[in-house]
Amino acid sequence: MKVARALAILFLCVVALSALIPRVWTSQDYAAQFRESPDARPSERFPLGTDALGRDRLARFLYGSRVSLALAPAAALLSCLAAALIGGLAGFAGGWVERFILAAVDLFLSLPWLLLLLMVRACLPLNVSPLVSITITFLVLGLLGWPAPARVVRAAVSRLRHADFLLQARAAGCTPWQLLWRQLLPNIMPVLLAQFWTAVPVFILAEATLGMLGLGIAEPMPSWGGLLREIESGDIVSQPWIAAPVLLLAAVVGCFQLVLPREDYSV
Amino acid sequence: MSRLLSILLFAILAAANLAAAELHFALHSEPKTLDPWAVADDSSEAIRYLTEGVLIRINRLTQQPEAELAASWTVANGGRRVNFSLRKGVKFPDGSAFTSQDVVETFRKLLDPGLHSPVADTFKTEKGVVEITAKDDYTIVADFPAAPAAFERLFDQVAIVSHLAKDRPAPGLGPFIIAAREPGSYILLKRNPAYWKRKADGQPLPLLEAIRLEFQQNRDLELLRFRRGELQLIDSLTPDLYDRLSKESSGQGSVRVFDSGPTTDAEFLWFNLAPQAPLATYKKAWFQSQAFRRAISEAIERNDLIRVVYHGHASPSAGLVSPANKQWFNARLAPDRFDPVSAVKRLSEAGFMLQGNILRDSYGHPVEFSVITNAGSKTREPMAAMIQQDLAKIGIKLNLVTLDFPSLIERITRSLDYETCLLGLVNVDIDPSELMNVLLSSATNHPWNPSQKTPATAWEAEIDRLMLTQGLTDDLAIRKKNFDRVQEILHEQSPVVYLLHPNSLSAISAAVHGAKPTPFFPHTFWDADHLTVVNGK
Repeated sequence: MKVARALAILFLCVVALSALIPRVWTSQDYAAQFRESPDARPSERFPLGTDALGRDRLARFLYGSRVSLALAPAAALLSCLAAALIGGLAGFAGGWVERFILAAVDLFLSLPWLLLLLMVRACLPLNVSPLVSITITFLVLGLLGWPAPARVVRAAVSRLRHADFLLQARAAGCTPWQLLWRQLLPNIMPVLLAQFWTAVPVFILAEATLGMLGLGIAEPMPSWGGLLREIESGDIVSQPWIAAPVLLLAAVVGCFQLVLPREDYSV
Repeated sequence: MSRLLSILLFAILAAANLAAAELHFALHSEPKTLDPWAVADDSSEAIRYLTEGVLIRINRLTQQPEAELAASWTVANGGRRVNFSLRKGVKFPDGSAFTSQDVVETFRKLLDPGLHSPVADTFKTEKGVVEITAKDDYTIVADFPAAPAAFERLFDQVAIVSHLAKDRPAPGLGPFIIAAREPGSYILLKRNPAYWKRKADGQPLPLLEAIRLEFQQNRDLELLRFRRGELQLIDSLTPDLYDRLSKESSGQGSVRVFDSGPTTDAEFLWFNLAPQAPLATYKKAWFQSQAFRRAISEAIERNDLIRVVYHGHASPSAGLVSPANKQWFNARLAPDRFDPVSAVKRLSEAGFMLQGNILRDSYGHPVEFSVITNAGSKTREPMAAMIQQDLAKIGIKLNLVTLDFPSLIERITRSLDYETCLLGLVNVDIDPSELMNVLLSSATNHPWNPSQKTPATAWEAEIDRLMLTQGLTDDLAIRKKNFDRVQEILHEQSPVVYLLHPNSLSAISAAVHGAKPTPFFPHTFWDADHLTVVNGK
């Protein structure tokens, strides 16, 4: 298990470094269109071939990793923080506060978010740089992703609220802040971590979906979500290399699971 | 005993053949309406085409008018009156006879302003609307306020509905009738037992027992189901899927793919020239500059768009009219050649300066603008990305924004909050009069500056005059001359940068017999009453 964990850490480091310094692997620009060779097979010049516009897949893949690996965890962090705050408050306070927050969560989950996202996009200015569009996309995802993890956090906190160690802490004179920060948070951390690692791939895929609705990352900037969209219409039988983003996504998520000690997931 | 077996075998085969006489294909969206007078989308149009009868039908292959419910017609009164002799012996599916009363009632209801029928709009002019009166049970007279050009085409869209029908859709006079409908899933059409047409040998039409139209938005899934044999034709293929299917089917007899050549459709980019648009003044000045617009047109490599995005299945565009429209295409016009050097020269003469890699206007503003297009389009998104790179070569930064369709329509028709837009136009009809709703400056669909009270520019006033003049005469030479000039003005002024005309790509299973695909909608099933399906589904 330790070997697997070490290998996973090594793999994640390689992926992160490759995303940070893509020039190590390719000298091509992710936006350059080699129109004489669209949909080219892997070659020395283009190790992962080219996309439909003749852009180097490897370059787009590496630059896309930079975007997705930086922003999807950031969005997941944002949603988990909100979930911890709101779910934690509901579980800890109980009573009408809990009922009120749960009703708000239910309401939030029942809203037609797709339509709301479309409205958000329609209201945005047209001339925004790709960087701004990326930030907006993941910010929106992060802000909308909290209700489901908030319910999980609430359940965990609710279960711990009457635990013996909290009673003892109260009896020892701990303030509510100390109870939350020192006693409760370390005990719900595994739940939050699990929610975080689940949210990362979900947000990467959500970005791909948003791209189809016009709320994704603007061309020519690549992202894993955008690369995954290519598979939808690509011919994976004759061009198996276009599946590379899926494999990498699966490998990265799998490695993240291995890197985390298993006991961290038990509450 | 052997004779009995033969009869049994024959009966089984006949039953199998009967069961097989059902054609399956997909519509890319659910029809917005089944009311034949309210049709405004392709799927509804397909249903109308298959289920309704019209007085005159334009043959999609020859593009010539053919007598349908009107057995013949004559033109009188300087082209303002058309006398129709209706076909006798035609019956609606409920058994009632088709008479002039049905035609008169159809037009009375259709032209009711409260109905807001897009079909009715084509019969309305500044001088009034058409008047339809019955002389007897089988003769009607159509009086137009002014002699219409190519009046036959107007009647191709008008579904004749029984005057006894209490609601629409009612079983009509087309080859099929709607037998079942499952929202979100399919529409089943059964053969109309009362259909009046016969084959030359007297065999009743249609030959098919039924058509099942499945709603399938995802084109990849449509292809998958076609490969499995669940669908028997694909009326409109995207270029990538066409190429994939071509490769797969080469040497096999089970599938035929067709590139029927350029359609009358066009893909284009236009500039927002509306004075009330909420844009920066300096950007409005760029777009108002003819030199700027011409430079953009010259800086786009159309051949690359065709080769890379359309896989060669399109032709470069010189204007709104496709070369497929042989009668009205202005052959003197040629698509703008890709010439970034000439584009920069034009821009320099208009006061723009290329400083390093950035083009600036005379006030020093870097030239940066956005193009909006519909999200999820397999052709427009890559085209926009290629145009982005083309314009970068002359120092222009183009921001690509993809929007869902309702938001896009909101921007281009109501708020006018956009800079340029990349879209396409589906030209169902080839007559110039059908383009009035796009080319007249007062038209709501006039893309670059809609609903003008008076023409904003002299060249738009000239287009208005030429279009209205050609619409009021039957003299083909005058009409052609006027419309040629309209195309030339559009090319000179370039408020719209016409990019390409896509080809009509379709696929038909070998089980379907009699299909003759054309570049005109509906491409593969325009003669559905003559199609047959053999060897099972």
